[in-house]
Amino acid sequence: MQFEPIRSLELRGITKRFPGILACDHIDLAVGEHSVRALVGENGAGKTTLMNILMGLYQPDEGSILLNGREVRFRSPNDAFAHGIGMVHQHFMLVPNMTVTENVALGMKSTHRPFRLDLGAARKRIREVSERHELPVNPDAYVWQLSVGEQQRVELVKTLCLGARFLILDEPTSALTPQETDELIELLKKMSRELSVIFISHKLHEVKALSDTVSILRRGRIVFEGRTEDHSPADLAALMTGHEVALPCVECSDAAPAEGRGLLSVRDLRVRGDRGNLALDGLSFDVAAGEILGLAGVSGNGQRELAETLNGLRKPESGSVLLDGAELGGRGADAVIASGMGYIPEDRNTEGIVPSFSIRENLVLKDVGTVDWSRGGFLRLGPIARNAADLRERFDIRCPSVDTAAGSLSGGNIQKVILARELARKPKALVAVYPTRGLDMGAEEFIHKQLLALRAAGVGILLVSEELDEIMNLSDRIAVIYKGRILKVVPGRDATKRSLGLLMAGVLDE
Amino acid sequence: MNKTMKAVYNAAVVLAATLAAMGIGALVFAAVGADVVKAYGVILTEPLKDLIGITEIAVRAVPLTLIALGIAIAFRSGTLNIGAEGQMLMGILASSAAAIALPDLPKPLLIPLAVLAGAAGGAVWGAAAGILKARLGVNEILSTVMLNYIAAQFYTFLLRGPMMDPEELVTGSGTPQSVRIPRAAWLDRLLPGTRLHAGVYIALVLAVVVFILLWRTSAGFRMRAAGAEAKAARYAGIRVERYVVAAMLLSGAFAGIAGAVEILGVHRRAIEGVSGGYGFTGIVVSLFGGLHPAGILPASLFFGLLLLGADMTQRLADVPANMVLVLQGAIILAIVSARQFMNNPYVQDRLARRLARIRGRPAPNPIPGSPEACPDPSDSPDPCLADEPAALAGGGSRDVRPEDQR
Amino acid sequence: MNAGSFILNILILGVPFSVALLLAGLGETINQRSGVFNLGCEGIMAMGAFLAFLPPYFLAKTPLAPSANLIGILLAVAAGALLGLLFALVVVTFRAPQGIAGIGLQMLGWGTAGTLFRRYVGGVTGVTGIPSLPIPGLSRIPILGPILFNHNPLVYLAFLLVPVFWYILFKTPWGLKVRAVGTYPRAADSLGIPVARVRYQALALGGAMAGLAGAYLSLAQAKMFADDLIAGRGFIAVALVYFGRWNPVGIMGGALLFSLAQSLQLSIQVAGIDFPYEFAVMLPYALVIVVLALVRKARMVGPAELGKPFDREQRV
Repeated sequence: MQFEPIRSLELRGITKRFPGILACDHIDLAVGEHSVRALVGENGAGKTTLMNILMGLYQPDEGSILLNGREVRFRSPNDAFAHGIGMVHQHFMLVPNMTVTENVALGMKSTHRPFRLDLGAARKRIREVSERHELPVNPDAYVWQLSVGEQQRVELVKTLCLGARFLILDEPTSALTPQETDELIELLKKMSRELSVIFISHKLHEVKALSDTVSILRRGRIVFEGRTEDHSPADLAALMTGHEVALPCVECSDAAPAEGRGLLSVRDLRVRGDRGNLALDGLSFDVAAGEILGLAGVSGNGQRELAETLNGLRKPESGSVLLDGAELGGRGADAVIASGMGYIPEDRNTEGIVPSFSIRENLVLKDVGTVDWSRGGFLRLGPIARNAADLRERFDIRCPSVDTAAGSLSGGNIQKVILARELARKPKALVAVYPTRGLDMGAEEFIHKQLLALRAAGVGILLVSEELDEIMNLSDRIAVIYKGRILKVVPGRDATKRSLGLLMAGVLDE
Repeated sequence: MNKTMKAVYNAAVVLAATLAAMGIGALVFAAVGADVVKAYGVILTEPLKDLIGITEIAVRAVPLTLIALGIAIAFRSGTLNIGAEGQMLMGILASSAAAIALPDLPKPLLIPLAVLAGAAGGAVWGAAAGILKARLGVNEILSTVMLNYIAAQFYTFLLRGPMMDPEELVTGSGTPQSVRIPRAAWLDRLLPGTRLHAGVYIALVLAVVVFILLWRTSAGFRMRAAGAEAKAARYAGIRVERYVVAAMLLSGAFAGIAGAVEILGVHRRAIEGVSGGYGFTGIVVSLFGGLHPAGILPASLFFGLLLLGADMTQRLADVPANMVLVLQGAIILAIVSARQFMNNPYVQDRLARRLARIRGRPAPNPIPGSPEACPDPSDSPDPCLADEPAALAGGGSRDVRPEDQR
Repeated sequence: MNAGSFILNILILGVPFSVALLLAGLGETINQRSGVFNLGCEGIMAMGAFLAFLPPYFLAKTPLAPSANLIGILLAVAAGALLGLLFALVVVTFRAPQGIAGIGLQMLGWGTAGTLFRRYVGGVTGVTGIPSLPIPGLSRIPILGPILFNHNPLVYLAFLLVPVFWYILFKTPWGLKVRAVGTYPRAADSLGIPVARVRYQALALGGAMAGLAGAYLSLAQAKMFADDLIAGRGFIAVALVYFGRWNPVGIMGGALLFSLAQSLQLSIQVAGIDFPYEFAVMLPYALVIVVLALVRKARMVGPAELGKPFDREQRV
């Protein structure tokens, strides 16, 4: 394939609005040849929007893109591909029920013959690319059969097959183990000898390891640009958030280390996943009252199934779940809720709240049948309204009114609504799944404080997260889940990223 | 957008939708060679010219209200009940059978009994689709459509066979119809010389009941939660399957009551063609009324007018009465298209920006930057429409079963 | 009548009965593979049946009579495609909920066909219809000949379209795009595939097929038109797509299953077995429910985004 080499790429005054949000505000960005530029910022800072504009997925409201000094207009990703720009999106853009080859062919217009799809040509191109860049992939595997790491490789291969000489990577490490992350960074370093890279991340040590220059975005604006080696991660973090952030952690909290009694006890749990596989295969652990047990692991190792089983949403094949001595395994969600289990589910928009319901209604979603909120089957509108006003105040839910549809709130405020509801129920135990995913640091800090306060109040918490920093900061003990089992439980203060990373990859002994 | 802009915008959307629906209708009027203006004139004004016309509108509005109320319960609970037609037929059969079987009961007993029998008949038919959906994941649109065909055949079978008026065989023309129901089961006529009957009160009372059920009881709260986001409802401990069945059962019961009231108040015997498409018109009424009793009442009067008007166009403008189906179809398409323009902030925002660009002014800046800030309150969807069941907001029918019960 | 000829009769009748379901089902498969669920199929079929019926009805005594059937079929296909595009406008561009919009389209098509029919034709009138075209030689084969090779040309066409549609879906670039757009539109979008345009194309093709299915009913199967000619076949076709797992070969199996049930019911009546007529007519509808209840949801087969509108800027 013939491409003009990309010597420089420049974005000038890019502005993009969404309802209620100015996602990009006159952004200028210039990237030269063979360099790795890190684009850093909190969630919601506008990084992904900016890159989607560069790919022609969004049209900017204002501003222009210059390639080798000439202005270009990308009306669709095809235009971006044609100029040699390719992107690996944070959520993989692979069609699960198609093979790797079909996924590549989908974007490779040269395989689109009038009445025939030339899969042979696509397969040949995949072989070339994967050999050249040492990215082994099986072209005939269906995407849904691949692990996250393998899908990541397929994404890279696909983008390179489409002729990318300028690579945009949007948080490529978010689902990888620390070891896989290291490998990817090595690989990208090698590739940057031939390609230019924009690397989006909020993990600053990765930024340090990979990039030459760094740009920091905050609230849609570039607030800093400089050489990576001149700045420490702490400097960058402060620039990213706009203030010094010290996230609360379990060791800095005053509460005594947990010596509470056993509260939530899971034994030999076996649960089938959606595909009929054994997603949990003899899993056991305990959580004491006043303890945070962090559950670390690469996503897809049974976390979702575990959380759902603990909350009565999935029936275990065998094994037991005891909460305060009462068996919960196999009982319905209503029974589990009534026994004092709290739950912050993974997908806050469709599992945590009913988006079209008002905040007021969402705050009583779990208990609407209890005497607090209804009498004789009729709703007690007065107490429900007072509850909403009270919780809005206590949890600082920012909204025009408690009658606003909860789904129209920002992610952080939705999470506050869920947290408010769960905490107001005074749970004995809480299962929190990725509670801060996609939130900015302010909201993260708020949620961490609440979790620690809950711990101090004697609640047993199972914290499922893919952010090792979050787990290491908050957990009394850390359990590592791998292929549906707890591989090992280590005390929080002894854990290191390296040791957890090896466990997450299934390596028990070094 | 500010409040005034918003109101203007919504009015414009509604106007555009109305024009689009009327435009499609006008095309068909023109295709049958009718004078479009005259045809619409006949439909919309002719029925209002005398008392008979006005009362006949109300006579049609009664079953429409009842059916639309039931459909609103189902839609709000996340199931698209297309089966009111069949449920109504089952209600007619049960109600007239009960009335005929118990001719000696006094009126205050027999009428409630016959209405309840109708409700039970419809409820069985509705609940069947509900159970099929909750237990086996059968798409309720398809199952209710099939149940309509089955009910229609069953209805004909009974009227031509076991329930047929014996006199028709001996002396009559063999018309498939039941014997006349006993006088004690007749709903009173309210105005002499018209067919307006006491079923109006039943419809009005049930409209209030549905409002209370959906918005003032914990059961209704859970039904709406199950309909708006089944997954979140399940995570909150709501037994979604149970409410799906309950909603379909109630929805069927309302259609059954509509059938019963139609027999007790208008026809006084089960005959062919009683349902006359009320089950389908009820869907349109329910949507047109915003799935809310306060909207359904006026909507059912409007569609009563439309149905009667369409009958009159046959006579006065030589347009077949099937025309009303065309209008209903066009209205559904127009409503569902317009709703997205009114409810989806993304669509609205894009439109606003495009308009601003056309006028050569930059769009007003939204709240700068912060994703934490709430959108402008006037931009948040209107509370009544925001509270929209996912069955309408999303797409077709969804599977309500939890994953582990497969 | 012996058992052998009884069964033979069922098979001979069953094959042509399956064609309307097969044609509509193939079209609906394309619709659903692209992520759109078109319940308006029933209404499109009604329009197709009516429009196909018109030319033979009006041109019977004119010089154009020999090509009237063909004109009718072309009219039906064109109208079907147009109605498919109208549906696309509503559900793809306006992002309206598909289930209820489909019911709207069904009413519109059904109502329009009925209105025009009553105005211009009035009562039930027959047309000559499409004559059968026995395939020389093959139709003489005992048993297989009359079952497979002694039908009208549309029957052969429908069965030929099964491998054609399979090839389109799985072996052509367009089919790849259709499947991608129905399973993961965001991924297709990120590769520069115009999601909305592909869905428009799929709905136009699906509509054209439904129109053709309607034409088959009025010109080849019933050789007449009536208000209730379609009688739910459009809805059954939609159900068949689930049964056939979004695969043309599966659709063919489902269509044959239904048509055999229908010809069994007819044969029972012809044979004079005492069974209430109404219950016999119910049979296919009840069968749909049974089939839908028995079909297990298969993961990783069908279009995952079925029924969901796509908006690039709307973040999930």
